Amino acid sequence: MDNFIELTKLMTPAILIPLFPLLGFLLITLFGKTLKKGSGWLASAMILASFICTVYIFVNLPEGQSLNFTVFEWIKWGDINLAFGLLIDPLSLVMLLVVTGVGFLIHLYSIGYMHSDEGFSRFFLQMNLFIFFMLLLVMGNSYLVMFIGWEGVGLCSYLLIGFWFKKDAFNDAAKKAFIMNRIGDLGFLIGMFFMLFYFGGLDFTSVMIAAQTHEKGSALLVTITLLLFIGAMGKSAQIPLYTWLPDAMAGPTPVSALIHAATMVTAGIYMICRSNILFALAPFTLDFVLIIGVATSLFAAIIGLKQNDIKKVLAYSTVSQLGLMFAALGLGVFSSGMFHVVTHAFFKALLFLGAGSVIHAMSGAQDIRNMGGLSKYIKITYITFLIGTLAISGIFPFAGFFSKDEILAQSFANHKLIWGILSFSSMLTAFYMFRLYFLTFNTQFRGTDEQKHHLHESPATMTIPLILLAALSVVGGFMGLPAAFGSAHVFSRYLSPVFEGSVSIMGAEHHLNHATEWVLMGIATLAAIVSIIVAYNIYISKKGLPEPDAEVKGFAKWVGNKFYVDELFDMIFVRPLMVMSDIFFVLVDKLIIDLFVNAAAWVVGFTGRTIRLVQTGNTGFYIFAMVISIMVLLYCQLVDPYLYVYFK
Amino acid sequence: MLSLILLFIPLLASLLLLLTRGNTSRIVALAFTVVQLGATYYAYQVFKEQGFQPFDIQMVWVVKPAINLHFSMDGISMLMVILTNLLLPLIVLSGFNREIKRPHIFYSLMLLMQFALVGVFISFDGFIYYIFWELALIPIYFISFVWGSENRAQVTLKFFIYTLAGSLLMLFGFVFLYTGSPNHSLDWNILTSNPTCNCNQTWVFWLFFIAFAIKIPIIPFHTWQPDTYRSAPTQGTMLLSGIMLKMGTYSLIRWLIPIVPAGTKEWQAVAITLCVIGVVYASIIAIKQSDLKKLFAYSSIAHVGLISAGIFSLTLSGMQGSLVQMLAHGINVVGLFFCADIIFNRTQSYQVEGLGGIRLAAPKFATWFMVIVLASVALPLTNGFVGEIMLLYGIYQFNIWLGAFAGLTIILGAVYMLRMYQKVMLGESLMDGMNFPDLLWNEKVVLISIGIMIFVTGIYPKPILDLTEPAIKLLLK
Repeated sequence: MDNFIELTKLMTPAILIPLFPLLGFLLITLFGKTLKKGSGWLASAMILASFICTVYIFVNLPEGQSLNFTVFEWIKWGDINLAFGLLIDPLSLVMLLVVTGVGFLIHLYSIGYMHSDEGFSRFFLQMNLFIFFMLLLVMGNSYLVMFIGWEGVGLCSYLLIGFWFKKDAFNDAAKKAFIMNRIGDLGFLIGMFFMLFYFGGLDFTSVMIAAQTHEKGSALLVTITLLLFIGAMGKSAQIPLYTWLPDAMAGPTPVSALIHAATMVTAGIYMICRSNILFALAPFTLDFVLIIGVATSLFAAIIGLKQNDIKKVLAYSTVSQLGLMFAALGLGVFSSGMFHVVTHAFFKALLFLGAGSVIHAMSGAQDIRNMGGLSKYIKITYITFLIGTLAISGIFPFAGFFSKDEILAQSFANHKLIWGILSFSSMLTAFYMFRLYFLTFNTQFRGTDEQKHHLHESPATMTIPLILLAALSVVGGFMGLPAAFGSAHVFSRYLSPVFEGSVSIMGAEHHLNHATEWVLMGIATLAAIVSIIVAYNIYISKKGLPEPDAEVKGFAKWVGNKFYVDELFDMIFVRPLMVMSDIFFVLVDKLIIDLFVNAAAWVVGFTGRTIRLVQTGNTGFYIFAMVISIMVLLYCQLVDPYLYVYFK
Repeated sequence: MLSLILLFIPLLASLLLLLTRGNTSRIVALAFTVVQLGATYYAYQVFKEQGFQPFDIQMVWVVKPAINLHFSMDGISMLMVILTNLLLPLIVLSGFNREIKRPHIFYSLMLLMQFALVGVFISFDGFIYYIFWELALIPIYFISFVWGSENRAQVTLKFFIYTLAGSLLMLFGFVFLYTGSPNHSLDWNILTSNPTCNCNQTWVFWLFFIAFAIKIPIIPFHTWQPDTYRSAPTQGTMLLSGIMLKMGTYSLIRWLIPIVPAGTKEWQAVAITLCVIGVVYASIIAIKQSDLKKLFAYSSIAHVGLISAGIFSLTLSGMQGSLVQMLAHGINVVGLFFCADIIFNRTQSYQVEGLGGIRLAAPKFATWFMVIVLASVALPLTNGFVGEIMLLYGIYQFNIWLGAFAGLTIILGAVYMLRMYQKVMLGESLMDGMNFPDLLWNEKVVLISIGIMIFVTGIYPKPILDLTEPAIKLLLK
């Protein structure tokens, strides 16, 4: 009974978590003009309030308990009741802490970053709206509520990518993001229909219970999980639905940090973790997830090698890291995937914000070929960016090392080839990240004199979030120390109640002995260090520079142009659709269908014109016709005396 | 009694309006539509408490052939009456601040239209229903013909004859039903309790289906629609797309499915396939439409195709979803055409390609336009989502593949809507020295009301679902 009271007490703060950003959105929408720069502070305060509520629940939620309640009845017909409810358990709490915590830092940072933008208030109201939907996504207690957030974050991503709507290329990128996400969403939607039809509901509890009544690997479960995974592919930018994410860098940099690195794009991973029992029951889908994840991880890392836009490099590294997370899910180690989501949120947000600070200093320029030597001018950015780079490259003891190592170790236990590919793409990651770092911060400045004159460190609102995120990138990994270090894995133990079901279905995960684990860590570290040395050798010792776009040839050109995937999609989907639109309109609609309609009208007209000829106006002719008719009628009467009966 | 009040307020207004002139006409029209809206709200409360009894009126009009003045109400009719009376004030208001010649006749016709529409939705005798159905055609014909834009003579004539031909088929259907039924009556209760003779219902089904399919319109009976929407004045287009086409979808539920159940069952698969093909077909055409009003016309074909497909799924979710979506589509499509009208009012152009940069000049307009666009692409928490998910689920229950195919609408809808919005609203201004004043007061009122309705019914659709569920369950028995 005590427990019950305690849990209901937590309901109010739970509802408040998404309400604060919504309130911020409404307030800034209504009073944005009067608030002016205050809207940035208001928006940040709202996220901070959500963060505090989250921490309050985090501290007070009894261990092993979860909070699951209905807020109001939403859509209901017949026996189907799709209520609007929230669920707070360790998994959503982890996401909530990341979203509100990192989200707050990014809001704070944006106050400085966006200070001279004419759309200042608009930016913050859209950011608050994004956080609202993201919170619904992770707090929903059913697939449908998750879907509200899922589509809502897609909308905000659309609005924020196209934030500078005067430029048409940005608008194109925004539209592309929305539509590609919608392709995934259709998969999600149909997946929900299957669940609704066969399981009778969409809330997680009843779906998971119902799913377990089906045989492991049954066609139904495989279909549902594959459809859900299509949704995840769209949102989390996996092959083949990844091409929108690099283009999404058109948005302001804080947006790239928050939406396209730390939070929204990890929604697919969260969703699969949330459905872990469902996926554990469909081994085929898990294998598919693994293959897609591994392929994306490698493919994006290769493309990352040849990008020269500071944000594009980071974008491809995000795609690659997301691939790594999906690989973890495919291996069935859901908590390792989540662990990487968290550490990645820290260091990728840091890297993007650092990049933003660089762009800020460079007066908007993003091409790393025109940077160089920035370490002298922007010290804080430089140090924090270095920490982020070390973290993503998987250097001990930074956050990325632990989470990445965990996934690599699991893949080694599972399949050596997978381990080989993932290790290779990690090596590539270390290489291109240090390439980025060296070209940006070391050697000499290569920009214009005017830019050099303007170089300056960013204001405190921007540097403080950098420092905090850098700190998290350093220590964040320690919540998941591997067993070889002889301590408990705090993170995975915290999440274990959520993944209990799937662990019991799939059997306990493979445990490597400590010696193997040490060796694997050694190999991974060594590989990263070798990559860094190679990068150092090329870009520092030899002062190498990537060639101008026009001079790139052969395979490098293919890589630089992202293997022409965009062009391929354009050819097989976009253009045929446009042609079909024309054909349907001009040929089918105007010519064929309307032809029949007009022909019908013409036949009527023709008949009228023809019969009209009978109306001659000649009395003699009328009498003649009358006599003939009477004779015909009489004749009929004689032949068939009962004919008139039919007319009665 | 309440039925008669709902009927006669607009009729009275229509007659009174003929006595007024100029600006007074607008105000009188607005006043009466608002009064009618209030009466509807009262009627809704009464209906919730006391059911159909206070609305039920049966009077013998002609003894032989048996024609009864039978008006009644159920959840479905109530919703349609709410839709009609909710939209009419907005449509009237959207004509403020616009140049309209001879406004007293214009608004008189509009109120006459309201009278006919309410009549269609509350008639429970086939003959009376048919009279109102045809009556509705007359005012809209004159509105489109007299106040329309270029090509109006030809386009309106085609529209008039096409729909009239459809009505003729329906008349045949009713004659058949009348002679076929043992007690020679077209009363709805008798027709439903005593479905058509054992004979083959195929013919009756197609007679009614084509009549309704032309009105809705379902592909391939739609070719009158884009041109008519294009050349009719905005208020006429709103009446046509917002309310009048719902006469067709409403009639599928009221006058086709319960009355020819065997025929419906037999041809269900054909009908639903036709509707779903129409959804995708019209969506694809909408992508490259260069005229704003025609683009919305094709998007409307896609939406009502989905509504009809949901109805023919003969499932609770499909039919309930169709009703939710009828309300949602009515609201949204009026909003869309109003946005087109606002743009035309400032730029004298409906061309998607030549515009651009409007968001810079009119941010408030851009925001509300965006809200309506989002509702029409069925974003969750807007009214479009609730209906669409229920409709798609209904179709899915009928056939998984059809459900998935119809689901393409959520992708294609985003494609044509966002493409349109980008070309028209975003980017740098394309016109030199463009003067695009932001929303006028009446425009603000209309768009904000529409926006509020979009969110209220999207977040809390329960009252609508509660209203219609018993009636639909009764029909599906």
